[in-house]
Amino acid sequence: MASAERSTPRVTEELVATAQHPAREMLTMFVGNRAAMVASIILMAIVLAAIFGPMLHPVDPFEMVWAPFTPPGQDGFVLGTDYLGRDMLAALLNGGRVSLTIGLVAALMSVFIGISFGALAGFYRGVVEEILMRITEFFQVLPTLLFSMVIVALFGASLEVVTIAIGIVSWTAVARITRAEFLRIRELEYVTASRAAGASNITLITRVILPNALPPIIVQAALMVGSAILFEAGLAFLGLSDPNVVSWGQIIGSNRPYILDASFTVTIPGLAIFVTVLSISLIGDGLNDALNPKLRAR
Amino acid sequence: MAKTRTDAPLLDVRNLSVQFTTRAGTVTVLDDISFTLERGERISFVGESGCGKSMTALALMGLLPAMGRVSGGQILFKGEDLTQASAARLRRLRGNEVSMIFQEPMTSLNPVFTIGQQIVEVLRLHRGIDNASARRRALELLEAVRIPNASARIDDYPHQLSGGQRQRVMIAIALACEPEILIADEPTTALDVTVQAEIFALLRDLGTKLDTAIILITHDMGAVAQMSERMLVMYAGRRVEEGRVADVVGAPAHPYTRGLIACVPHITSNVAAITEQLPEIDGIVPPITRFGRDECLFAPRCIRVADGCLAAKPQQVEMAGHDAHSVACWHPFASEGAKG
Repeated sequence: MASAERSTPRVTEELVATAQHPAREMLTMFVGNRAAMVASIILMAIVLAAIFGPMLHPVDPFEMVWAPFTPPGQDGFVLGTDYLGRDMLAALLNGGRVSLTIGLVAALMSVFIGISFGALAGFYRGVVEEILMRITEFFQVLPTLLFSMVIVALFGASLEVVTIAIGIVSWTAVARITRAEFLRIRELEYVTASRAAGASNITLITRVILPNALPPIIVQAALMVGSAILFEAGLAFLGLSDPNVVSWGQIIGSNRPYILDASFTVTIPGLAIFVTVLSISLIGDGLNDALNPKLRAR
Repeated sequence: MAKTRTDAPLLDVRNLSVQFTTRAGTVTVLDDISFTLERGERISFVGESGCGKSMTALALMGLLPAMGRVSGGQILFKGEDLTQASAARLRRLRGNEVSMIFQEPMTSLNPVFTIGQQIVEVLRLHRGIDNASARRRALELLEAVRIPNASARIDDYPHQLSGGQRQRVMIAIALACEPEILIADEPTTALDVTVQAEIFALLRDLGTKLDTAIILITHDMGAVAQMSERMLVMYAGRRVEEGRVADVVGAPAHPYTRGLIACVPHITSNVAAITEQLPEIDGIVPPITRFGRDECLFAPRCIRVADGCLAAKPQQVEMAGHDAHSVACWHPFASEGAKG
């Protein structure tokens, strides 16, 4: 620090420890978490494979290209072929695109709905809170799989409907977390101080309270991508997904009758789902440790 | 900002009453508070915790908690009654014409934004200026509140600053729009004694420079003497004594004021010379449910209590011999020249 311009003698104020930027501190924490880092690298590989894989391996996943049930590695088919003689590798790569997209979009959707409900309920309290939280509870007690099946059955099994159905049934956790954080933060002094500086309610919600409420919501959102992928797999397995696109769950579902003859047709997409969801969970865990200062001491 | 001078005081609070609706019923938190504030004037509100000092400030800002409401009286700011003002009008007023700084600088800043961003936010909200000039102004403000090396500090987060520096930033935010009234609610309670004096000096200097009237809320008699020209002593939601600081401290008329002053070591030389043990006022502030009764609420703790004290609420009367020195007591201590 250059010769500071001091006008008054200062005893306490110069002895300030230089602290790190909070985002950098968080990153350091996250990078130090080995499981989360490995999971990040694996997930990155999966995402890259889903994005660029179909271009590098331009085979139509619906086309019958060889004899059915060709084991992996045989006749030039890295992952073999399924019961209709379709290329499993192509199906896996294309299915990854769909599964990841649905997972991400559905999670974003439920985060958006959840934050809206939770923020308004936690900020305004009173009647608004009562109404919004009763609605949240209503969605919470619905059997999620059944409800999403009803939505898909009603509106048709297209990609959009499946995504929306997953988003609609899984936002309640975010709403509850957001509300809890808002209830805590709205009583803090800097909220009063912002109010005293003339901030409107919208400013208070979006610029003052929400940024401070984000850490647990981010963690929840990360975990929700994983559960949305699982959910989609579940729906697809039951045949409630868009028949015109491949997804991991759909591969499993369509090959299910042949599990005893060619178990790899079910195992391979199952492993893909398992590894992806596990990576996302580990990343979520790592984020939780990095964002939650109470766990930092460990 | 063009400041029009009128004969009316900047702030004229008339018979302000505030009630809380609680589960136990309606309680009167502020009972018939009146005072005026001129442009650039500094006034202190003194009293124990729970006497309604902070509540008066919040009422002025229109920031009463949800269970509270103004049940009577007027708050005339430049002739405009703020108790009738719309929420939008109050919002434009807050932080712009009337600002407030709080007791806890450690928690009064938003932890996820840099101090520069927080000053810029207020400037953009009320002044509508672009980012670049708001940032320039923020830097000027940080220099004005004597943050060392301000150009490097502007991108710091609140947790990187000390308590004194954070309070300086709060002052910078509060003064960003050159308000006409600054309410300082115990601004130095959480700070080191060495830093306290600096903060008060800063407030005084900037208040004079910007012609900002300052309402200081405190229970520190030393701060009162250092900061303000006039003082208002509050007890149980009522104004018990008001006058110039020299008059009130020199010849306190209300037994409560006298007790408060006696509690402070060496504020007047003769007290320090003879007392070995600091005196205290016995008892505590009555529970809020007793506020607003038609009696002298200080009577149970008063050394001069007599028969009539619980019969009715004492009215504010002018003290003889002093200008604008008034007291609400049935048996006040007389100032010089008046009867005992």
